[in-house]
Amino acid sequence: MVSGLFSEGRIRLIKYPYQGPGWGPWMDRIKTYNPDFLLRLYHDMLRIRRIEESIESRYHEDQMKTPIHLVIGMEASSVGSCAALNIRDSLYCGHRTHGQYLAKGGDLKRMMAEFFCRSTGCVGSRGGSMHLLDKSVGMEGSSAIVGGAVPIAVGTALAVQMKKENRIVALYLGDAATEEGVVWESLNFAALKKLPIVFVCENNFFSVCSPLETRQPPGVEITKKAESFGVKSELVDGINVLDVYEATRRAREWALSGQGPYFIETRSYRWRGHGGAGDDSHTGYRDPEEVKAWQALCPVQSFGSILLSRGILTPEKIATMEESIKAEFEEAFQFGLTSPDPVEADLYRHVYSD
Amino acid sequence: MPWDEALVDQVGKKKSPEGEGGRVITYIEALNEALLLAMERDPSVFLLGQGVDDPGAMFGVTRDLQKKFGRERVLDTPLSEEAMTGTCVGAAMSGMRPVYFHNRPDFLLLTFNQLVNHASKIHFMDNGLSRVPMVVWSAIGRGWGSGAQHSQSLQGLLLSVPGLRIVMPSTPADAKGLMLSSIEDNNPVLIFEHRWLMKRKGTVPEGYYTIPFGKGVYRRTGTDLTVVGTSHAIDLAIEAIDSLKDQGISADVIDLRTLKPMDEPIILESLKKTGKLLVVDTGWTMGGASAEIIAVAVEKGFSSLKAAPVRIGLPDVPTPAGYTLEQFYYPTSGKIAEAARTLILRKG
Repeated sequence: MVSGLFSEGRIRLIKYPYQGPGWGPWMDRIKTYNPDFLLRLYHDMLRIRRIEESIESRYHEDQMKTPIHLVIGMEASSVGSCAALNIRDSLYCGHRTHGQYLAKGGDLKRMMAEFFCRSTGCVGSRGGSMHLLDKSVGMEGSSAIVGGAVPIAVGTALAVQMKKENRIVALYLGDAATEEGVVWESLNFAALKKLPIVFVCENNFFSVCSPLETRQPPGVEITKKAESFGVKSELVDGINVLDVYEATRRAREWALSGQGPYFIETRSYRWRGHGGAGDDSHTGYRDPEEVKAWQALCPVQSFGSILLSRGILTPEKIATMEESIKAEFEEAFQFGLTSPDPVEADLYRHVYSD
Repeated sequence: MPWDEALVDQVGKKKSPEGEGGRVITYIEALNEALLLAMERDPSVFLLGQGVDDPGAMFGVTRDLQKKFGRERVLDTPLSEEAMTGTCVGAAMSGMRPVYFHNRPDFLLLTFNQLVNHASKIHFMDNGLSRVPMVVWSAIGRGWGSGAQHSQSLQGLLLSVPGLRIVMPSTPADAKGLMLSSIEDNNPVLIFEHRWLMKRKGTVPEGYYTIPFGKGVYRRTGTDLTVVGTSHAIDLAIEAIDSLKDQGISADVIDLRTLKPMDEPIILESLKKTGKLLVVDTGWTMGGASAEIIAVAVEKGFSSLKAAPVRIGLPDVPTPAGYTLEQFYYPTSGKIAEAARTLILRKG
């Protein structure tokens, strides 16, 4: 990076501009959707946004003693894809778990309790925020090792195929995971066996503070690499919840019908830093203008505007949603805060299975 | 490699079968029988690995199983060791019981992310909501130029990882029973066989049986010394102790059979009687299984000890490939016998 770029009178640099098709193509097509379904998508995105903001605003209190990786700005990718999944479909993801956990239907109270390191946490304070799961809704788990959950998800897809179950596996990975060899080993095996699995690669252009350009050769699309493994692949606008939904529906049908894996790349932007609260653009690894440019394209608000313009959504409905989300979060926060801590004997449980 | 086969053959014929009466079969046949029984009994058991269905059939261990159970349950795999290990983890979490074969433990080093970061701790991290019943099998090599990357005994590297089990049989009957226990177990189990034991014959019970983990056995009983180890190392130790009989020396020879869990009571029980400990292992002594066994003896059986424990394993050196250097590298029954005699004569 050129030095002095961020000094007074600097060049404003947007390295990763939005390149999606925008909402134009949806202006007519949106009518084909059931309004209740559209409202649900909006609600689910708004819910994740508000929960993340609430977590962020209380994080400095140091009661939630867990690293956090916020998904603010990436809600459409989680909500759009999970809306196309069945509750029995298994989901695995990486360290940025909140979006998938909530979109798949994971219990908010137990998530908060996990953040507070309580015994009532979704994994009894053994996993923390990077290892959320709720098996009752198919949220099978995650790995804090980048790419670590990828072959595990493939293994579940192999089991699904061997047992002839009528369901699929959805696996979420980031752009940086595609720099791990195991991802390609896994994709190769999934393609070889035509396993019922959908890869959702959430490209947010950064791995911690390392931009994509320092990690992958420019102009080589991730989807093209996946395609070269004989895997049906698609690039989709990750801030457009309906684009993501439709792509995932196609992917799910493809995988379910025995045609093998399907690879989706969604592109959206991580508004916050890699971990913790707040935007860290001021540290110099990305231009705050780039963050602002993506914030102007907010996945929640842009979708909301369209619904408002169609009269599907109203300010009253938004207010009701805001209120219920706030109450739900408060209740979950209190549940987490007031739940009992684990005891010493808990440490020795579940090292080995009976 | 004709030399390879001749060597294993020669080792196989060196000893008459252990055990009295009953059916005598080879180590390989015992393992093959265990897999057959497990697969017949439980449809969730499947085998995978590069070459499980090839003419070599994992030294014969997986012979004819694909013919019987089909390609879905006995599958050749891409080399991708890390991904295939992760695939086993995911399949195991989803109700299957994979048994993943590697010719050599050296290839496990490519899988440590899945073994150590995932398989071993998912049951714990998931608060008991998931379990990972999988078996990873490999055979330690020795000789015929296997060298630094085809002969490593890696049990020591994995011994300190909570959540894993480490199985190292030495007889055909144990190989069968422990394979069945490993497949039945609901945790990730690593089985380290030894290539040189594979043509050994022994009495092997018919039918399905399991052997509990963490239960060592006395292969010999005596009064002068306690010898502890597993796998091919304990096989050499038996030979060593038998060779000392003429000199009026006798020893407890304890085959731990599984290193993790480790049968500590049997070690301490024998030490109370003999007061002297010789540990043998197929791996490096530095930070290895022998270090842990001695730590157990010193920490929990100090008052029984009449002399400093001695261990025989591999020096802090990679395995050389050539025949001459190899002779200086590996312990022999002669070296073990010499160490045993010296230790018995030592007074505190």
